[in-house]
Amino acid sequence: MVWRILIGVIVVIAVAFGTFYAWAWRGEIPPLQAHDASSFDPSIVARGAQLAAVASCDVCHTKAGGKPYAGGYPVKTPFGTIYGPNVTPDRETGIGTWSAVAFRRAMREGVTRKGQHLYPAFPYDHFTYATDSDINAIYAFIMTREPVRQANRPPDIVFPLNIRLFAAGWKLLFLHRGPYRNEADKDDSWARGAYLTVSLGHCGACHTPRNKFGVEEQNRAFDGGEGEGWRAPPLNENSRAPVPWTADAMFNYLRHGYDTVHGHTAGPMANVAHNLSKASEKDVRAIATYVTSLSGARAGAANPESIKTAVTAASKLTAPAYGGTPAHQTTGSAAGKDSLGAKIFTGACVTCHHSGGGLPVSRPIDLGLSTVINEDDPTNLLHIILTGIHPLPGRAGRIMPGFEGALTDAQVVALADYLRTRFSHRPHWNTVAGALAKIRHQRQTAATEAPQ
Amino acid sequence: MTVLTVNGKEHSINGDPNTPLLYVLRNDLKLNGAKFGCGLGQCGACTVLVDHQPVYSCLLPISVLEGRQITTLEGLGKNGEPSPLQRAFIEEQAAQCGYCIPGMIMRAQGLLNRKAAPSDAEIRAYMQPNLCRCGTHMRILRAIRRAVKDMRTARAEPVR
Amino acid sequence: MNAPDLRLSRRLVLATGGALVVSFALFPNAFAQDAGAKPPGDLAKFPMLDSWIAIDAHGAITVFTGKAELGQGIKTALIQCAAEELDVDPSAITLVTADTERTPNEKYTAGSHSMQDSGTAILNAAAQVRAILIDLAAKRLNIPVEQLHAKGGSIVADDGRSVAYKDLISGRELHRTAQAKPSLKNPKDYRVVGKKFSRVDIPGKLTGKPSYVQDLRPERMLHARVVRPPSYGAKLTDIDIAAVERLPGVVKVVRDGSFLAVATQEEFQAISAMNALADAAKWDETAQLPKQADIYAYLRKLPSQDTTILERGNAGESGARSIRATYHRPYQMHGSIGPSCAVAKYEANKLTVWTHSQGVYPLRDSLAKMLKMPTKQIHCIHVEGSGCYGHNAADDVAADAALIARAVPGRPVRVQWMREQEHGWEPFGPAMLSDIYGAVDAGGKIVAWQYDVWSNTHSMRPGGPGNLLAGQYVAQPFTPDAPKPIPMPEGGGDRNAIPIYSAPNIRVISHFIPQMPLRVSALRGLGAYHNVFAVESFMDELATAAKADPVQFRLRHLDDPRARDVINKAAEEFGWGLKEKLARGHGHGFAFARYKNLAAYCAIALELTVEHETGVIQLGRVVAAVDSGQAVNPDGIRNQIEGAIVQSASWTMLEHVTFNARDITSRDWSSYPILRFPALPVSVDVHVIDRPGQPFLGTGEAGQGPMAAAIANGVAHATGVRIRALPLSPANVKAAIGI
Ligand code: FES
Ligand code: FES
Repeated sequence: MVWRILIGVIVVIAVAFGTFYAWAWRGEIPPLQAHDASSFDPSIVARGAQLAAVASCDVCHTKAGGKPYAGGYPVKTPFGTIYGPNVTPDRETGIGTWSAVAFRRAMREGVTRKGQHLYPAFPYDHFTYATDSDINAIYAFIMTREPVRQANRPPDIVFPLNIRLFAAGWKLLFLHRGPYRNEADKDDSWARGAYLTVSLGHCGACHTPRNKFGVEEQNRAFDGGEGEGWRAPPLNENSRAPVPWTADAMFNYLRHGYDTVHGHTAGPMANVAHNLSKASEKDVRAIATYVTSLSGARAGAANPESIKTAVTAASKLTAPAYGGTPAHQTTGSAAGKDSLGAKIFTGACVTCHHSGGGLPVSRPIDLGLSTVINEDDPTNLLHIILTGIHPLPGRAGRIMPGFEGALTDAQVVALADYLRTRFSHRPHWNTVAGALAKIRHQRQTAATEAPQ
Repeated sequence: MTVLTVNGKEHSINGDPNTPLLYVLRNDLKLNGAKFGCGLGQCGACTVLVDHQPVYSCLLPISVLEGRQITTLEGLGKNGEPSPLQRAFIEEQAAQCGYCIPGMIMRAQGLLNRKAAPSDAEIRAYMQPNLCRCGTHMRILRAIRRAVKDMRTARAEPVR
Repeated sequence: MNAPDLRLSRRLVLATGGALVVSFALFPNAFAQDAGAKPPGDLAKFPMLDSWIAIDAHGAITVFTGKAELGQGIKTALIQCAAEELDVDPSAITLVTADTERTPNEKYTAGSHSMQDSGTAILNAAAQVRAILIDLAAKRLNIPVEQLHAKGGSIVADDGRSVAYKDLISGRELHRTAQAKPSLKNPKDYRVVGKKFSRVDIPGKLTGKPSYVQDLRPERMLHARVVRPPSYGAKLTDIDIAAVERLPGVVKVVRDGSFLAVATQEEFQAISAMNALADAAKWDETAQLPKQADIYAYLRKLPSQDTTILERGNAGESGARSIRATYHRPYQMHGSIGPSCAVAKYEANKLTVWTHSQGVYPLRDSLAKMLKMPTKQIHCIHVEGSGCYGHNAADDVAADAALIARAVPGRPVRVQWMREQEHGWEPFGPAMLSDIYGAVDAGGKIVAWQYDVWSNTHSMRPGGPGNLLAGQYVAQPFTPDAPKPIPMPEGGGDRNAIPIYSAPNIRVISHFIPQMPLRVSALRGLGAYHNVFAVESFMDELATAAKADPVQFRLRHLDDPRARDVINKAAEEFGWGLKEKLARGHGHGFAFARYKNLAAYCAIALELTVEHETGVIQLGRVVAAVDSGQAVNPDGIRNQIEGAIVQSASWTMLEHVTFNARDITSRDWSSYPILRFPALPVSVDVHVIDRPGQPFLGTGEAGQGPMAAAIANGVAHATGVRIRALPLSPANVKAAIGI
């Protein structure tokens, strides 16, 4: 893949190198002599905090166990690993010398204050659509953070992509510049949501598939993509959610990380929801309104009646009662009561995922309602089976234990097959074993990290 | 009938193959180490090793365990002597009520099986799934560090 | 030692002469007691020496205590006391703990009383037994007592002759009334007390020996589970029992009113059948809980019984600077790692219950009332459980076991609660609030102090049978006892409400609220956790107002030299005051209390950081100093204080019980998170100040309050923001410190 990209890029450069170089050149913006955190209007700082939460800035600019915004988070790309830089206002290692002009240029054009081109792992292809006032608010928020002295880690990118000018080439070819233009015929909340989703929210960065140049395929916007090894499910009409999303359900999911008929956020989305819990409620509602509208006809058809029907249908695929044997479906099939998957499910999963309301533990949703079991790809389900679901440290939130060390590969595959057959009407997955091998491999490379 | 290999010995278990391992260990095999804490995979009191890796025995049906090596607290030592890790816990007096400690020892053993000399941060991260209510944590950490040291100086094989 | 083996308890009763003697030794000769001077500790209540110590014809020494091992290491410390004064190797002693047919009725093992009550009794009884043995030897060898001393289980004469204890005891020589002032050893000569001595119970627990009531497995034992109602007070209206009775292994479904349980052959069958029952049961739910967000306002409005527990001068006096503040503490739970468990057997009109209750005698009495059985037909034996930290569900599950056992006579029944039952039904530590007004003069001295504290009761232990959960749900239900405050000087909700610091004008009022929206009872430290949090936070607030260093400010108002020593020790070991300029987000916190103002002294100094962006507190070094009087087992004291520090850190930084209009929603560790390893302090160092020859001072609960306040003070120091409501969770801290 790298070679194909390489060839593509080299061809482009060969054709127009001179013009390109002139085009790509970005000058240095003079450093701020000093900045005074108290000079920022507190209400703008507060607004910036909420918008930074929409943009989830902290995720890529904070390493595990590190100081917020001080950088070091590894962003894995097909071309190598890039480490989120320090964006605290430290003058040496952070962006303490950046003026608002430099900050806006970085957000819009992906260029540092000194004129260096940034890799598109930083989603300036989305931030470019943000308004001046929103970017200024984020700037005010960032510049009032605690300066942290922490040197940036250079990216581990393959040659020759590690030459920064290649990033400029990428932009020349693929970067569309903002600002974002609202579609006028929708109500305000929808328009606001559309703007936030496309710009600061950069939802498409994960939920839109990317081509081989790492560019979002705009003709397949929100058709499902990838983030940190997890599948980001389609948000458009291809959504596999058993129950159509409503704006209210989407709001719950985004704001609280949980909705009664869609379940819990997991994987990278859990961080997004945690951030959105700090954003402006109105903005989160707006995003929910817009994102829900993406599923077009399905969303249009979602009304209390149809939701109820869908919920009833999905929860008909209920788990067996606790301690009982799973209902007999087709003998010999993956869901047959004697299948390996059924046995594992009955012994390991039913404790929490059983039907009936007797146990008052923080019960999960009916599995028939689960999106991961209904998706086209088993990756997310496998992630959850292996590593479970865990709240942020010290916060209340669902705990599901991982079964990484407990189940063999064959057992995990059997369980996934069972769940698919038992709790969805979708076709059999043929890719379980392959997807499992891939995740196990990723997990092994982080051998000493805490398995859950 | 399910055949389980526990602490190196085979046991034939009659009874429901859906039964979680914990109850079979405690009631059929009369092994006291693994404890019931939550039955939900949230506390680690029931931790045992399966193929040298820590698992929650409260959520693992015996039907999936045939042919796999199950190790409990009772299987750590040799010839009636406590293992280096158990010894370190005793030396550090790392228990108050002690109810959580067997699970702690098993989890720590799982870590040492993976990595002979983990850092303090790695120990804390790895022990995260296990809860202790008495607040014995600082001693538990001391005991694990002591075991790491003892085992290094004694060049002892990590106990499985 | 005495592993909780069912056979063992029987064998001991039958085989050891000493134990046989005990059954009547427990009833003292009414006339033997000299009215004026009483012997120390619980020896006053049970003055017969052989109710504490028995030596049989084989020389086996058995020591009896009415207290129970709760994981606090009490067995070891009591053995040390006995071994010391008896001059024998500790391994020669068998300790029998709380057992209604064998040990003195020392009521509850609670309130950090065990060493004061039982330790003192055993130490003194042992000294007198030694004196009796010396007397006997003097007669036997015809040597004056001055030429005799005890050594390694014998009385040895200066001329080298010796007689073993067993040869001196032939019958009831120890059936004597204790003297008020026995001659104890000089602490200088101690060999066991105050020395490093490993806990007797630890090796067994760490190698899988049966150590807990959960590990009991008598022949023909059945497993049982209870189905608790969905919410407080719900009535069971309908259930189809027959379907469940057909499930595999089910021996008996027990229904008595709204009490519902099932006994089966295998444990997992019991769990499955319990779930089937729960799914089949129909309940009439009536509970109405107050709104969680308004709980403090709600409590404040409830009728209260107000007692002025201290008044001097004019507490409203103004000074150069004055402050008013209100402090809050939410409902918090014991959250034992092992859910409560009991084994019971009903046979030939006699009920035997193996329980980890903190009070086997009171439990026996309530069981008798609940089951309408004569007290003497019930035998309660303490066997260890998972640590309880106060009144958790131990008694409740014992009542469950008793009801089920009665339904399957002749078969022992083991009942363990499920996690969600333990979380939802245990009696919590009550939510509390207090208002403080304080003023300092220009010289930086406190001139006025006014303190009002509101609280539910902190003890709903059995008690009447209505205090047992099952007792409230049987067909002819019992009502819980009317809640009562625990009087001063120990206090309940007002425990440690009286500041230890001097103030010329002071008033302290305890507002006791009888009505309990949530089920509550004793949680480690009772009101002291909240009051020390409030008082010690407020001391820092006043110190800031007086522009004084918090440690200096405390010392300025303290005369008690032992209190001063503890404070100085903690400050010195921590390096208090050496810091001055700390980086942003870094803070130091200090707090001190003498538990109940009459037990152990404990001071804690710590460092922490507050992550401004998240509100997450990370604890750094924690240094504590403690004075527990004569330290019997210094490492045991350190273990207790370390544990208190970590547990209190968890309470203080994370914990609050959640509930909705009907039910408790903290039902597992998902919904009630507690501290996990990554959040631990960097280090915890506990320094014990030994006071040889001084009375034992209870230690078990001494650390809870100071740790809470030290964290709160550290957070205030780090952020400049004073947070007065617990928990100091990331969300609450972030909300307080702002963007
Ligand atoms: S008992 Fe298995 S994790 Fe808690
Ligand atoms: S020692 Fe009691 S729970 Fe850990």
